[in-house]
Amino acid sequence: MKPVNQKAWFLVTPVLVLVALSAVIPLMTVVNYSVQYVGSTGRFAWVGDEWYREVLHNEKFWNALWRNLVFSGIILAIQIPLGVFIALNMPRKGWGVPACLVLMSLPLLVPWYVVGMIWQMFGRVDIGLMGVMLRDFGYNYEGDPMDAWFTLILMDVWHWTSLVALLAYAGLVSIPDAYYQAARIDGASKWSVFRHIQLPRMARVLTIAILLRFMDSFMIFTEPFAVIAGGDPVFLSTELKQTVELGQKAAMSIIYFLIILALSWVFYAVMTRNDGEGGRKNVRGGEA
Amino acid sequence: MNQRRFAWIVPAVYILLLMTPIYWLVSMSFKTNLEITTRFTLFPEGFTLDNYAKVFGDDRWRAVFANSLMYVSLNTVISVLVALPAAYAFSRYKFFGDKHLFFWLLTNRMAPAAVFTLPFFQLYSAFGLFDTHIAVALAHCLFNVPLAVWILEGFMSGVPREIDETAYIDGYSFPAFFVKIFMPMIASGIGVAAFFCFMFSWVEYLIADALARNAVVPITTRLQALSQASGTDWGVLAAAGSLTLIPGAIVIWFVRNYIAKGFALGRV
Repeated sequence: MKPVNQKAWFLVTPVLVLVALSAVIPLMTVVNYSVQYVGSTGRFAWVGDEWYREVLHNEKFWNALWRNLVFSGIILAIQIPLGVFIALNMPRKGWGVPACLVLMSLPLLVPWYVVGMIWQMFGRVDIGLMGVMLRDFGYNYEGDPMDAWFTLILMDVWHWTSLVALLAYAGLVSIPDAYYQAARIDGASKWSVFRHIQLPRMARVLTIAILLRFMDSFMIFTEPFAVIAGGDPVFLSTELKQTVELGQKAAMSIIYFLIILALSWVFYAVMTRNDGEGGRKNVRGGEA
Repeated sequence: MNQRRFAWIVPAVYILLLMTPIYWLVSMSFKTNLEITTRFTLFPEGFTLDNYAKVFGDDRWRAVFANSLMYVSLNTVISVLVALPAAYAFSRYKFFGDKHLFFWLLTNRMAPAAVFTLPFFQLYSAFGLFDTHIAVALAHCLFNVPLAVWILEGFMSGVPREIDETAYIDGYSFPAFFVKIFMPMIASGIGVAAFFCFMFSWVEYLIADALARNAVVPITTRLQALSQASGTDWGVLAAAGSLTLIPGAIVIWFVRNYIAKGFALGRV
């Protein structure tokens, strides 16, 4: 057990001050705006929950929320199984390991705007490799909304599947060889090795992968902004960025933030529950 | 391990597909604009370094690269320095409100940047910091400090507490123990935390774009302005875009064996 020591507060004070400065004060500013009407002369008037009601009755907000959820659902359904499949087939020793790790991480380190720019160029039917190859099938992301969706999903899979694969791989290499030997002696099939040895050992990192991917895809802005420059608002972030009225923007921000807060709570609850279950035998075993 | 003989095909094909869009960007950077817009060529036919010469020869391009590297480095140093003591507190002690504080930090990692651009602009303008490196560096602490605390806490919890107790019995003060004994033990964790701070600050666009506009233009803001203008110079854009891949490629080499552990917040 960890000892109780209230002096630990001194150690967390710098973080507290810094994050308060960069999170709490701005957030309070937003709350302040969300209950007021800002006139053209810069005068403020109290309007109560009017902006909130307006946002919640706004079809565009619900459409954006819905599209965001569909997008997150699709990319999770692709990235999680694909990432696990790649991790299962990655080499475990030799020169292939660092080569795989470095090359696969590369998309994660591309500035998000450049990710969008790469796919904007890659998908263009006049100058892009993918665009030219798919041109004969009627593909054109600049004209067809379905093709734009296809491009965005493909782009996100390209950008983030490596994250899932790396996490799953980290879970796999933490499995002791003895487990596999025991399975071989028992004559276990490949599937039952996966189901009863590999999947349980990956559960913890896969939880992190699912929740990170869900949250980040829920906040996506930059990459679609770069691909579909100046197009219709697609996702929640885009909708928010394009809302002009200050009070409405603020109310929408707060609602958006509350959704994220609820999701974070689920994330935290799942993570801490795993902490209690011996899922941390390796790194955090000292505390159990 | 007979069944694994052909396993290498999967990562090989995957990496090939990952590299294709990057190859297209890089190959465009070696083409002339005439070749890009009029002919479809898999390899640059009129191989040219003109695009790179234009980028390196232009003060504005040099300035935006310097600006981005400046605020990213500042942010990395600030984030890791404040996160170190906090992570130690979370990994070693129970104290009033510790769980709530940890959860609150997490919510900031998950905060959508689009919510914060406007209030950030007003806050930093009020302090006269708008359009400075330090403004972007401080604003990026919003998501990087929580991340650094999480990663470091995970690595620190892997160090047995007996080490601390032995050092205190040997007469080390807390600062001396922390700097001389503890920090070397979690050096890889510090490296990974610094890497992730560098990475997330380097790839971020929305906040950097909102807080630095005129005197301190980030690289991505300039790319955005030029890529959505009419008469785009694709060759120069591709060259500048290719150059933004280099810092990431360099730092990734140093942490290649720890990157997955970092993404798992130190909890594999």
